[in-house]
Amino acid sequence: MLVSSQAGIDDATLVAQTREGDARPFSELVRRYEGKVFRLAQHVTQNREDAEDVLQETFLKAYEHLDQFRGDSKFYTWIVRIAVNQALMKLRRRKSDKAVSLDETIDTGEDNIVREIAAWDEDPEQRFSREELGGILDSAVQSLEPLYRSVFVLRDIEDLSTEETAEALDLSVPAVKSRLLRARLQLREKLTRYFKRKGDDLFAYL
Amino acid sequence: MLTCKDFLRELSDFLDENLDAEIRANLEQHITECPNCWVIADTTRKTIKIYKGMEPYPIPSDVEERLMQALERKMASKHQ
Repeated sequence: MLVSSQAGIDDATLVAQTREGDARPFSELVRRYEGKVFRLAQHVTQNREDAEDVLQETFLKAYEHLDQFRGDSKFYTWIVRIAVNQALMKLRRRKSDKAVSLDETIDTGEDNIVREIAAWDEDPEQRFSREELGGILDSAVQSLEPLYRSVFVLRDIEDLSTEETAEALDLSVPAVKSRLLRARLQLREKLTRYFKRKGDDLFAYL
Repeated sequence: MLTCKDFLRELSDFLDENLDAEIRANLEQHITECPNCWVIADTTRKTIKIYKGMEPYPIPSDVEERLMQALERKMASKHQ
């Protein structure tokens, strides 16, 4: 691949140059965000083939509808919104499972799950290789229900704000917050199995 | 007096540092007195930190190649 001469140019300038009819700056935008879009698509669809479709559809749609990007949000947020919509459509098509609906009302009550209470080391992830850690983290996210998973992926993996996540998923801010809390607590629970301080188990048998 | 349930309800905003000073002070007071909630807050904070620190894997080259080919076709058709 050619080394890009556009590496230092900000997103808004690249968008403007693309609109003026030069397609090359758009390839730089693709390179900037393809990794994140592909990861997001894999997390949401849980299917490699669907994720690749989502990746292509996202950037093709973005290119085609670039004139609709108004610049009042970041280009990345706009792209993520397209990617999420494409990924959710795939998911709905694949499973007509009602659990996939993001509009479903969920119990936001008091039963946030906390079963395991064990302290972790300071940097527990360092006990694992990069590959092992990636496997642990991915499978924990995959085990979340779709309506929690999408919120967690956007908010804590892709680092969108609560408001941006709400906008991308067409949810209210309180709905994002309650789902995020559930997702975080569920993941905490799952990861405790791997990350709890060595030796703490001993006390369980005394 | 704040209960553990109250604490859990506010946990996300507490960790995102998204709370009024007064509520925050109450929650901080609670975790100095409640070891269980301290552990839950600490391990949830670490959960978020570990996920945020995850870099995306490089995109497989065959996937990128197909993406770029699809884009080139699109660009060519738009500029005909």
